[in-house]
Amino acid sequence: MIRLFLTRDSAAVAVGADDVADAIHAEAAKRKTDIHIARTSSRGLLWLEPFVEVETPEGRVGYGPVSVADVKGLFDAGFLAGKAHALAQGKTEDIPYLKNQERLTFARAGLTEPLSVEQYVEQGGFAGLKKALAMAGADVVKEVTDSGLRGRGGAGFPAGIKWKTVHDVKAEQKYVCCNADEGDSGTFADRMVMEGDPLMLIEGMTIAGIAAGATKGFIYIRSEYPAAIATMKAAIAAAVAAKWLGQNIQGTDKSFTLEVRRGAGAYICGEETAMLESLEGKRGMVRAKPPIPALEGLFGKPTIINNVLTFAAVPFILAKGGKTYADYGMGRSRGTLPFQLAGNIKRGGLVEKAFGVTLGQLINDFGGGTFTGQPVRAVQVGGPLGSYVPMSQMDLPMDYEAFAAKGAMVGHGGIVVFDDSVDMAAQARFAMEFCAIESCGKCTPCRIGSTRGLEVIDRIVADDNRAANMALLEDLCQTMTDGSLCAMGGLTPMPVMSAVKHFPEDFTRAKRLAAE
Amino acid sequence: MHNRDMSEKTTSPAFSGTASTSVAAICLRHGNRPDTLLEILHDVQEELGHVPEAALPVIAKALNLSRAEVYGVATFYHDFHLHPVGKHVIRICRAEACQSMGARELQAMAEKFLNVRMGGTTSDNKVTLEATYCLGLCATAPAMMVDGKVVGRVDAAKLKPILAEVMK
Repeated sequence: MIRLFLTRDSAAVAVGADDVADAIHAEAAKRKTDIHIARTSSRGLLWLEPFVEVETPEGRVGYGPVSVADVKGLFDAGFLAGKAHALAQGKTEDIPYLKNQERLTFARAGLTEPLSVEQYVEQGGFAGLKKALAMAGADVVKEVTDSGLRGRGGAGFPAGIKWKTVHDVKAEQKYVCCNADEGDSGTFADRMVMEGDPLMLIEGMTIAGIAAGATKGFIYIRSEYPAAIATMKAAIAAAVAAKWLGQNIQGTDKSFTLEVRRGAGAYICGEETAMLESLEGKRGMVRAKPPIPALEGLFGKPTIINNVLTFAAVPFILAKGGKTYADYGMGRSRGTLPFQLAGNIKRGGLVEKAFGVTLGQLINDFGGGTFTGQPVRAVQVGGPLGSYVPMSQMDLPMDYEAFAAKGAMVGHGGIVVFDDSVDMAAQARFAMEFCAIESCGKCTPCRIGSTRGLEVIDRIVADDNRAANMALLEDLCQTMTDGSLCAMGGLTPMPVMSAVKHFPEDFTRAKRLAAE
Repeated sequence: MHNRDMSEKTTSPAFSGTASTSVAAICLRHGNRPDTLLEILHDVQEELGHVPEAALPVIAKALNLSRAEVYGVATFYHDFHLHPVGKHVIRICRAEACQSMGARELQAMAEKFLNVRMGGTTSDNKVTLEATYCLGLCATAPAMMVDGKVVGRVDAAKLKPILAEVMK
């Protein structure tokens, strides 16, 4: 029997992976060839999806992007023996895009079937939890602190400090909540973890439970990710059946239970306090801080809230030691970040690298420039609330502090590339429009400022009292930055003002008319 | 504490006793826990196609919440429809990564073909066209979702047969 591998990741399914799998099965049956296609997680080489791998004596050989129309030709060329074909990519692990990464969190990507506990353990899974089960909570916290791990959701708050706060407070009930409301455009690493390696998230959250003395956890997943929701629920059931989750984990006195909750299409619920409200069954209205959720979180109880990637980094840290993780990275940004190359890019996908890699390396060396072949004009880093970065800053190292110094943010590591056809005034306008649509409405600068901002940008573009309106826009953005309750209103000025600062020519009517 | 029985006054003729019973059953399945309200609303929408306003007092009673609280939640979240939607729901991503790959043009194309604006339903009630903000398919943009199925790298050639199919 010949073994083939094709991911079940949504990014591949969206470009026809299921149809390709069916076509391969049908063609093999016609040729009376015995094959098995394992539907694994994705390698993250998303521009090659659907990416079909064949097991050969030399290792896995890959072909992509495969369409249904290619299948017959692949069989004719002898792809089941790893033979040459126009779509052949050679040995998968030798593909530079993959070879030049530092995969700690995504080490298993493409290797295992997401719901197989057996394969997960074979590939090093649950080694971290096994260690944690024999440790005191405070020691687990110390390991995470030593790793230098910072919140991967965007804010970059040190995870160890958060965990210690929850550990140190006395309470009859504590919670662990995973923020899987990955709403930022350009980000999909959380989705890939949940669809591809869900047991890793379960392991990370369970370790957090042990660290803080929490016995109950929730994963809040956005409704736009139906496959992630289904996979996480199935993985929880599989972990419970294998006694890696639930009461008396692996026969110890430690217990931890997990529940998946669906979001309902509100971007604001990615803000941690709005998420808590939503988890309590309420409108996703942002809470004022303090009190911080670590002290008064879900149902008023001490709560660890972290992003998917933060929890996903923890099993490695416990298994290999915090210091090993901290050996990667630069400055105060330790470890690796799974960057996501998205938008108008030739080779989009997941690139896990240590902090310190430059924006230019990611976009050019890994990404290969734009999809359209036109020059790169602007890059939005860190989601819809992140700055538009111009070409002149391609040397910027991916580091929380280096980005902050330039008025930009690393955020969740999403990188959206735009070619030279982009209208930056339209992008600035969209940032305000998006804020108006998604604002929870609790604070005035965000609720009203976004709508007024949209109007002011329209006036600027229409050349209506330009100078005065530009001054007004700046003033409004300052008010939103200073006066908003959370990052939604507080950071919307970043894409807006970065567009104004770096691409002022797009805001002048003359240029726009000339271009039309 | 806010438990008031309003079901008689607000139940429309279209909202049958059977529907009311199934809404109550959904609540019960979630243990009548107020924190599961979103899950309940999702389940009601899956079963009835939308969340009829008449279902809200039934939910409120089961969860011991005020009708205003349930209404507030049902109207806060973009996912929940208080009115019936088309037989098919098409969601086109409007977020930045998709914009960089022509999402604006795609939206215009779909609006023109279906003769309906984003957020609207075709006059024959066959298709509802909605905006979504990121499906997590940003490396294979632009993306859309057709009745829950994801489609990436959408261009005119891919879009037209999809729209023709749902308009059948």
